[in-house]
Amino acid sequence: MPEVQYSYHKDNLAKSEPNIYHKGNLRSEEMVINIGPQHPSTHGVLRLEVVTDGEIVVDVVPHLGYLHRCFEKHGESVPFNQVIPFVDRMDYMAAMNNEHAYAMGVERMLGIQDQIPKRVEYIRVLVAELNRIASHFVAIGTYGLDIGAVTPFLWVMRDREHILRMLEWVSGARMLYNYIWIGGLFYDLPVGFEERCAQFINYLKPKLKELDDILVNNKIFIDRTANVGVLHRDLAINYGVTGPMLRASGLKFDLRKVDGYSVYPELNFNVPIGKGEKGQLGDCWDRTWVRAEECKESVKIIEQCLAKLHGEHKRSKAFDPRQVVPKKIRPKAQDLYVRSENPKGEVGFFFRADGRSDIALRCKARSCCFSNLSILAELSKGHMVADLIAIVGSLDLVLGEVDR
Amino acid sequence: MKSFSEVKEILLSTFGEEVILGEGANSTPKSLLVKADQIDLVCKELLQNPGTYFDLLSCLTGLDNGPEKDTMEVIYNLYSIPFDISLMLKVEVPRKDPHVPSVSHIWSTANWHEREAFDLLGIHFTGHPDLRRILMPADWEGHPLQKDYTEPERYRGMETVRNEEE
Repeated sequence: MPEVQYSYHKDNLAKSEPNIYHKGNLRSEEMVINIGPQHPSTHGVLRLEVVTDGEIVVDVVPHLGYLHRCFEKHGESVPFNQVIPFVDRMDYMAAMNNEHAYAMGVERMLGIQDQIPKRVEYIRVLVAELNRIASHFVAIGTYGLDIGAVTPFLWVMRDREHILRMLEWVSGARMLYNYIWIGGLFYDLPVGFEERCAQFINYLKPKLKELDDILVNNKIFIDRTANVGVLHRDLAINYGVTGPMLRASGLKFDLRKVDGYSVYPELNFNVPIGKGEKGQLGDCWDRTWVRAEECKESVKIIEQCLAKLHGEHKRSKAFDPRQVVPKKIRPKAQDLYVRSENPKGEVGFFFRADGRSDIALRCKARSCCFSNLSILAELSKGHMVADLIAIVGSLDLVLGEVDR
Repeated sequence: MKSFSEVKEILLSTFGEEVILGEGANSTPKSLLVKADQIDLVCKELLQNPGTYFDLLSCLTGLDNGPEKDTMEVIYNLYSIPFDISLMLKVEVPRKDPHVPSVSHIWSTANWHEREAFDLLGIHFTGHPDLRRILMPADWEGHPLQKDYTEPERYRGMETVRNEEE
């Protein structure tokens, strides 16, 4: 039996993650409330040190790192192809999108990005968009749960289950797929997947309408979220906020359109932006609405991908998803920054390769939730504590990505 | 649409060759090497000049070149939303006691990214309002992404290295 593993001291927590506010720098009417790290409304292990004056939030200090798993250290100790499972575990709600970004980056370093077969690209976009819907469903559902609507959560989880099972059918795993490989895919789509996916889309379309009716346009939901946590566009850009949060503030900035990577230029879809319909532009309601609308756009993309996978790029015996998967991944010495549109924002990877080994010298992940979270203090100052919960929920955090 | 060479021209005419040291080799997007102690001024110019207007700091990376080269680097990935152009800036500092001026007053994104670089690599950003560890515990020893970093054997009585035999 090993001896005692952990030496307990009363002040261990205070030493490892000390508070910023203490008796010395608080005014007499102010009070520190600690939320998290095990609090359901923080969507993971986030600790918020909230300074309040009565009901009003004076300052919020997020403390992160409770889920830090040394992604970047792993990234520079294992070969490029073995990093993909770690990439999955960053944003575990949208693992396919992360894999897509990572694989794209390494392919660009190797210079094989133009050789990838079209069918592979369409399958990648298909699974990434399915994953985007699943991720937005969790965002919208748990947001409803945060502010007191239980039913929509159960409904979206039911629909998300279909997506998870389909992706399990594709890759063998429910959430952490390791499906998109550098230069290709783990395997072709299973036989009958296209038909099943088309069926699912037919099933999903009315459900999205239903979600709008029950949650997004619900009077109670609007009263709770409109005019709360208004984020101005310039401030958002200054904080590096991207994705649905930036679009909800009224800027049409979607990397799928701006960079036009993969086969997105061949697909027809809109980029919904916030209009401030129910309150001010860039409030919590706008952010939720943008996510709900993006689900509908993803449905459009999936339909077009399915049409392509049935038509031009249909299944054939000759198709090999690992055709251009390199035997040896040894990029030339270079620096490369690649970015792509994750459901939550711009996910980016910075690589430095030395040209001599198949292990990166540096592999840095630019995580969207990390930057999106940094604006929390700005957004919540002056709001009620109950609104703080609404604001944290509207950021759509995945702590696995914040902490990496 | 602006091009990389135009941006480089603008910077060279403002700062001269002693600050803009040259172009980085083999990088996507194209990169400029900048003298470390002027990086905040260069960044400020890139944001405030209406001809460049790099308003989004996408990523800030700290990087250790190892004891042989004895340098550390900080890499800034900028993007200009209106002009649709990306730019990479690199600064190099000595590995012993690395100091880089903070750009967190220019882009607030840099605040947390610099804290991360400080946490994992031990690069000090002068002028940063709140430079403390962000991902690792505050009482952790060492900076894990330094190339010659060795893990402490114990943290609060817990073994950090797994013994396979047990």
